[in-house]
Amino acid sequence: MAEKPRTLLEKIWDDHFVASDPGAPAILAIDLHLVHEVTSPQAFTGLRSRGLKVRKPGQTVATADHSIPTLDPSLPILDELARKQLAQIEENCREFGIPFHGQGSPTRGIVHVIGPELGLTQPGMTIVCGDSHTATHGAFGALAFGIGTSEIEMVLATQTLLQRQPKTFRVQIDGRLQPGVGAKDIILALIARIGVGGGTGHVFEFTGDAIRALSMEERMTVCNMSIEGGARAGLIAPDETTFAYLAGRKFAPQGAAWDDAVARWRKLPTDAGATYDRTIVIDGDRLEPMVTYGTNPGMGLPISGRIPSPADLEPAAREDLERALAYMGLQPGASIAGQKLDVVFIGSCTNGRIEDMRAAASVLRGRHVAEGLRVLVVPGSQQVKKQAESEGLDSVFKAAGAEWRESGCSMCIAMNGDQLEPGEYGISTSNRNFQGRQGKGGRSFLASPLTAAASAVTGVITDPRTLVGAASQPSAVEAH
Amino acid sequence: MPEPFVSTTSRVISIPRANIDTDQICPARFLKITDKANLADALFFDWRFTPDGARRVPPSFIDEPVNSGRQILLVGDNFGSGSSREHAPWALRAWGIRAIVSTSFADIFKGNSLKNALLPIVVTPERHAVLTALLGDNPDGEWTVDLEAQQVTLPDGSTFGFELDPFARTMILAGTDEVGYVLGQLPAIEAWEATHPARVDTREGVTAR
Ligand code: SF4
Repeated sequence: MAEKPRTLLEKIWDDHFVASDPGAPAILAIDLHLVHEVTSPQAFTGLRSRGLKVRKPGQTVATADHSIPTLDPSLPILDELARKQLAQIEENCREFGIPFHGQGSPTRGIVHVIGPELGLTQPGMTIVCGDSHTATHGAFGALAFGIGTSEIEMVLATQTLLQRQPKTFRVQIDGRLQPGVGAKDIILALIARIGVGGGTGHVFEFTGDAIRALSMEERMTVCNMSIEGGARAGLIAPDETTFAYLAGRKFAPQGAAWDDAVARWRKLPTDAGATYDRTIVIDGDRLEPMVTYGTNPGMGLPISGRIPSPADLEPAAREDLERALAYMGLQPGASIAGQKLDVVFIGSCTNGRIEDMRAAASVLRGRHVAEGLRVLVVPGSQQVKKQAESEGLDSVFKAAGAEWRESGCSMCIAMNGDQLEPGEYGISTSNRNFQGRQGKGGRSFLASPLTAAASAVTGVITDPRTLVGAASQPSAVEAH
Repeated sequence: MPEPFVSTTSRVISIPRANIDTDQICPARFLKITDKANLADALFFDWRFTPDGARRVPPSFIDEPVNSGRQILLVGDNFGSGSSREHAPWALRAWGIRAIVSTSFADIFKGNSLKNALLPIVVTPERHAVLTALLGDNPDGEWTVDLEAQQVTLPDGSTFGFELDPFARTMILAGTDEVGYVLGQLPAIEAWEATHPARVDTREGVTAR
């Protein structure tokens, strides 16, 4: 008898299903648990109070990223609470035997950047972390999702989670992206289309020619923001691109084990005839660079667009938009392009990988950032930093007048002192434009690294297609 | 260890906004704590205070004196989106909130709330509109949220039922601890592990501190 065709999600789920009592959620086995300093302390306290150990320290790994300074690492950390939190994760890891990629380690970085670059993130795995952007790892065809601190304690104690199987939502991106349009624009366009709650209860599986053509870095950008569309996880089936990225990485299987693993991974993609609970199809040929204008990631539009008018909406939505535009200080009907900026932030787990650094540098090479603008380029990990420096990208940024920092979350979450000041406008390659997310009273526009870099040159929100391909031709800048 | 929770009777605070994210519920700078204490003050902090620290005038929702001590929130769609921080339900619970009524909740927030015996009660958009109108007419009426009966009783005595994950309900009613429950199934976990060798060993060659 032929087996029932299954989706990628169903295959991973079935493979990790341990047991379930009638009416109770499944006990799902977890292959890899990523830990960082902000959401874990209370979980370790819980373990201690129960007198429990970490059940599988070898399937657990920790780093420090959220509250870590991105300035000179030899300087003392002035923020007393941040210092205490960073000391605590180190102490917790030592006590419980968890490998810690901490301050001073060449492999430290944003948790969702280091997992893949170390080869820890592999197809078919279940991966969790006390962080909603764990969805990033789904780019490898792993079921990866964010959990709360109670669940962190559960995973530390049992290496499993109680879970109900999510529904599947196929997001098919057809066609081919135009030059100047990238992975960030795909995901911002999807969220603008379905809304920030559109994927609730579902796991996205991204399919289609435009997705297949993406590099691993770009796939991670797409999956990263699944949570902004309400989905707890995003998935992309593994393929040759995935295997090529993983081959030779520190924790990836080697030798015969590699061949076995690849053979296993090849069986993961969704079977022909398998069905999804929901499907949306987007024409990739027609996507433009996207920018957000409001206070949630669903309030986004193509860069050629105009800010919508509350008058056109239903009463409830009208008030939300009015409030968002009041906070942002933006006028309905105005073009999003040309809006004035104070700060540009290039970094985060969405767009802090080497390809993002290269994309930003391709625009900034031979150009200078606009006068009075503060431009922060923050690599996603120390390895990204090193790679970028070996390619001379740091010199490109510095020559252009941008700051080049140590790795960390930085202005994505504004916990480490890198932040917008009240009322300031920032264009950011991160993932959240919530009120105050990048600093109390700060106003964020989300965009791709190309768009952010182009905007850095002009000091206003700028369509990168007006600059791309015109590198080293300063006249193209003046013409803008 | 959680305390058993069965029902509560309280007046209601209305926050008629959609997509309230966890950065609003508990801003990130309050995430540097390493315990769960004092988060009541962080709740909706930036709605309550201006960037220079002054209390907003008029006071924002939970700072309105009449709302002090109320345990039930009526909020717009997709409550709790964004970050996975459990600090959001911790802050709500610390302030005294026991139940939240909305048309939908973000997945991670919902899970985190249930782990903290904070009830996410989902109603249809139609019922939500009725409840909002009712609260407009009778802002100080008491509602009873009964988890045992899975029912809300309104000030006029009318009732409506709600769904909640049956497992979570049992856990909250009894104050049972989920880690204890899963550890009780260790043999099944060990049996799974025996046939599924670990895919990685994170300790290999890691010396850096
Ligand atoms: S970069 Fe931003 S979104 Fe990513 S893990 Fe850090 S704080 Fe979270």
